[in-house]
Amino acid sequence: MMYNTGNLVKELAERHGRKRDSLMPILQEIVCKHNYLTDEVMVDVAKELDISAAEVYGTASFYSFLDTQPRGRYVIRVCKTITCSMKGKNDIISTIEEILKIKVGETTPDNQFSLLETNCIGWCHKAPAILINDMPYTELTPEKVIDVIKGYMH
Amino acid sequence: MINLKINDQQVSVPEETTVLAAAKQIGINIPTLCNHADLCVAGNCRVCLVEQKGARTLVAACAMPVSEGMEIQTNSLKVRNARKHVIELLLSEHKSDCTKCYKNQNCELQALANEYSFGDHIFLDLTTDHQYKIDRSSPSFIKDDSKCIRCQRCVRTCAQLQHVSAIAVANKGAHQKISSFHDRMMSSVVCTNCGQCVNRCPTGALVEKTYIDQVWDAIYDPNLHVVVQTAPAVRVALGEDLGYDPGERVTGKMVSALKQIGFDSVLDTDFTADLTIMEEGTELLTRLKKALVDGDKGVTLPMFTSCSPGWIKFIEHKYPQMLPNLSTCKSPQQMFGALAKTFYAQKRNIDPSKVISVSIMPCTAKKYEADRPEMRSSGYKDVDYVLTTRELAVMIKQAGIDFRTLNEARYDSIMGDSTGAAVIFGATGGVMEAALRTAYEIVTGREVPFKNLAITPVRGMDGVKEATVKIEGTTEDWNFLEGAELKVAIAHGLVNANKLMKAVSQGKASYHFIEIMACPGGCIGGGGQPIPTSMEIRKKRMAAIYSEDEHLPLRKSHENPEVISIYKEFLTAPNSHKSHELLHTHYFERESY
Amino acid sequence: MKNRGLTKVDLIFETIDSGKVLSKAFRMSNEEILKEILDSGLRGRGGAGFPTGMKWKFTAAEKDPEKYIVCNADEGEPGTFKDREILDRAAYKVYGGMAIAGKAIGSKKGYIYLRGEYRFLLPQLYMELDKFHKLIKEIGYDFNIEYRMGSGAYICGEESALFESIEGFRGEPRNKPPYPTTSGVFNKPTSINNVETLVTAMMIIDKGAAEYIKLGTKDSRGSKVFSVSGDTPNPGIFELELGMTVKQFVDEFGDGDTKAVQVGGASGFCVPRKKFEDTIIGFEGVPTGGSMKLFNSSRSMYNVLHNYLDFFTEESCGQCTPCRVGCQQLLKGIERVKKGEEKSLYLHELLKLADTMKIASKCGLGQSVGNAFKSIVENFREEIIY
Repeated sequence: MMYNTGNLVKELAERHGRKRDSLMPILQEIVCKHNYLTDEVMVDVAKELDISAAEVYGTASFYSFLDTQPRGRYVIRVCKTITCSMKGKNDIISTIEEILKIKVGETTPDNQFSLLETNCIGWCHKAPAILINDMPYTELTPEKVIDVIKGYMH
Repeated sequence: MINLKINDQQVSVPEETTVLAAAKQIGINIPTLCNHADLCVAGNCRVCLVEQKGARTLVAACAMPVSEGMEIQTNSLKVRNARKHVIELLLSEHKSDCTKCYKNQNCELQALANEYSFGDHIFLDLTTDHQYKIDRSSPSFIKDDSKCIRCQRCVRTCAQLQHVSAIAVANKGAHQKISSFHDRMMSSVVCTNCGQCVNRCPTGALVEKTYIDQVWDAIYDPNLHVVVQTAPAVRVALGEDLGYDPGERVTGKMVSALKQIGFDSVLDTDFTADLTIMEEGTELLTRLKKALVDGDKGVTLPMFTSCSPGWIKFIEHKYPQMLPNLSTCKSPQQMFGALAKTFYAQKRNIDPSKVISVSIMPCTAKKYEADRPEMRSSGYKDVDYVLTTRELAVMIKQAGIDFRTLNEARYDSIMGDSTGAAVIFGATGGVMEAALRTAYEIVTGREVPFKNLAITPVRGMDGVKEATVKIEGTTEDWNFLEGAELKVAIAHGLVNANKLMKAVSQGKASYHFIEIMACPGGCIGGGGQPIPTSMEIRKKRMAAIYSEDEHLPLRKSHENPEVISIYKEFLTAPNSHKSHELLHTHYFERESY
Repeated sequence: MKNRGLTKVDLIFETIDSGKVLSKAFRMSNEEILKEILDSGLRGRGGAGFPTGMKWKFTAAEKDPEKYIVCNADEGEPGTFKDREILDRAAYKVYGGMAIAGKAIGSKKGYIYLRGEYRFLLPQLYMELDKFHKLIKEIGYDFNIEYRMGSGAYICGEESALFESIEGFRGEPRNKPPYPTTSGVFNKPTSINNVETLVTAMMIIDKGAAEYIKLGTKDSRGSKVFSVSGDTPNPGIFELELGMTVKQFVDEFGDGDTKAVQVGGASGFCVPRKKFEDTIIGFEGVPTGGSMKLFNSSRSMYNVLHNYLDFFTEESCGQCTPCRVGCQQLLKGIERVKKGEEKSLYLHELLKLADTMKIASKCGLGQSVGNAFKSIVENFREEIIY
């Protein structure tokens, strides 16, 4: 589950700067690459920006997408707000749970997929909708979502 | 000046005054919780809400600046209803086991509930919904999340006063909590155990780890010989928890109480404070000689004091590359502990394995210091239990002692004699002043050129203080220092320590000797002192320390007769082999999170 | 108030020659731009509805030479997706609106705070931005726009929380005063505007305030983009004149069985059928950032309310007592009443709590939770209890 950060944080700091407002862009780029923040990388960022590790963790943990728990290569976020809820998100979740054999909050043993719930992602007119990493998939049915997920399996 | 009306009374205050402060001026008290005079404004608890004419919502008095013509009601029906709801909401997520809580009767939430919201609870109990954690990993304090009301005073303290930020606010919504780095055990992170957060926590969420029961057990055990040492700063603050005003010196009664409690020998940390001056003064002069005479490039200057365990942990985490600059002297507490089970036990013919050494400290970090694995120079744990000033007050009450009517008693000997130089250790600048009083006299044969030995440039509440002492007319042994300008600096509060350390580590500061105290005001503002704390209270305690110094017959460490005799009988000389064995220590690099 | 009926408008997505409009604005003085926007009566399109002209005027009056325009693209209100469409189809107008705002207030720098859930739009948005920067440089503007991303926090749509997030902190709303026009991002004078507001401002400069006020009502000038979803055969984005009644809206978008319309998302008001005719969609009635959700008779309003309260309990920043604890109390409270573990009378206490949250919370999130709570509990009491 761990990833090697090497010089990543130093490079990011060179590009984004070392001020407090560099923190979000740096954390976001790490998450773009690795889908979550390890303790080691948070400590590295803290050292680079000269702020405490607790501050980095406190800031990251505020944001739902800056995960401090390990996540898989593809993070599936199923919208659970009212319209998606009305239009069948429960069926979408149980379908995904079935084919990936994990429950919400878990990651597949091969570290490929994590399944999470999230709040309104802005596709209410095409509910139910999900995000896989940054990509939205909308107007889903159980059949469609199986196709989408299969597309991510190699 | 801005003119406004509060509860239909006119008041005029300068611009940028808060409604809270303006109300206080005319004797109107608005209840608060997240507000603290030492810290920046938060405005999150919403206890201080008041009604502003024309405003859409209620406003937080602590955060709202006054404006011309403003009309405020602090006790309208709307305000009272909202206030009651806010307190009820806080109570609903707070584990109210007041009868078992250490902060019972000194808890701000309890006081508010008692004033504004007694009677049945309105809302549902939320404490069972959360998986609250209690962190007992640190020997110094306990963090009980089930009592936390999220006022964030601890976070602001750790960030603004101490520049450590070992804790921060984490998560959001219902899961929002005060957390260390990734919720790790407090004993495993950069927390320095300074206890400033404990001093400012309004509830029992942060309290010191108490050892009162263990100490009682030792006292009652007929086979054990229990000695107690008392730190300088305790004697000027203990009274606050026993009905006295801040700034009253209660030394004699404190000693009397300790005897009545049943300690076998009531001794004074001030004794080893004097000893520390001898050891550290010699160490400094040795380093100066090496630098100026021997041209030794490896000598590390400036030298830092090492008696503040919060400061020690801070430098171990944050500036480990500067550890060689620290004096190798132990703190007075630890010097005492090592001697209690060697010198003292020998002299009194007591089996050292039967000696229990207890210390009363204004400090929570001292509990961690006593637990440090290397603090066993005597062959046993040098200091067995550390009690805070607050804990001592509890013991005194438990013993049924009527403190006010006690006679003044004197410390026992041996290791009970001290000087004014020792007692001023309790205030920021005190260690420096004590060291200068001795070092200057050793080098020149004359007293420091300050009236009444009061070296005022190193005194006071400024965060970073500097002084330059010109050395003239030295004795022959010390003529390599003739004409030298000894540059010293003092910092208190870790935010100021950090400022100084940054300058030193960047080579931008040319001091020879630096005194650093982790706590604002020095030990008198320590994490184990009576609660509440404020600048006003700390200033009063500080004044009491210097007053105590002035009234003592001996004012310089090297004049302490027990110090003179311990060298003759036991230690030979400062920095001797024996001294190094018992009275000196070493430090460790620690993680940065 | 006489309403205008339901009228479709094509202003936001109309293709224009942005170079022409930007040049026109460039030749106008700051005062002229401000006057045009003030005269138009334009009010913020994000939901709060602060008069845009006044916001720009206050920021313009600040003496600090360092000022900012911030575009709030953190669209997170449940049921709102219009800003995504606008950015997808008319990003150049958002940029244009920002440049014009920058000119009006005297700012050289703009930030667009884009919610993390819309990150997939970035490649296209950056391409448009490159073109835009080249265009305004030619015209003579000294203005630069930078993107800052959100990372999954609804509260960052609140202006001061948004500033905190840009500055690298948790998105916790600040104490006000000071207000953003005095002290905003990086504690500098800032004018923060919704995506749609900026596009509308550019259109007002193009067509003139006089044209714009032909639309809408006295209190709700102009038109607005609505996001329609739920039980409707016609979900999607629609630009409509402000001032219609909910009945007129439902006649157009309902499925024939509409029992309630949630106007303004989770922090808005639930309008029951019996109030459709008397409720105006606009600042004089029920204001909205555009979210319109239709519920038919098959829906349980308990589920709807539970969903909203669950949302707020999670998304609250957590710093202030009334919101952090109040949301949990409201959620747990209706659960217990539903299960019969609390008497239905307890709802009365919760309604009082909702009233307290409205005046005691530190920011708009806590202050608005009561809107949905009260309007659903009061109008659908039986569904909440049984």
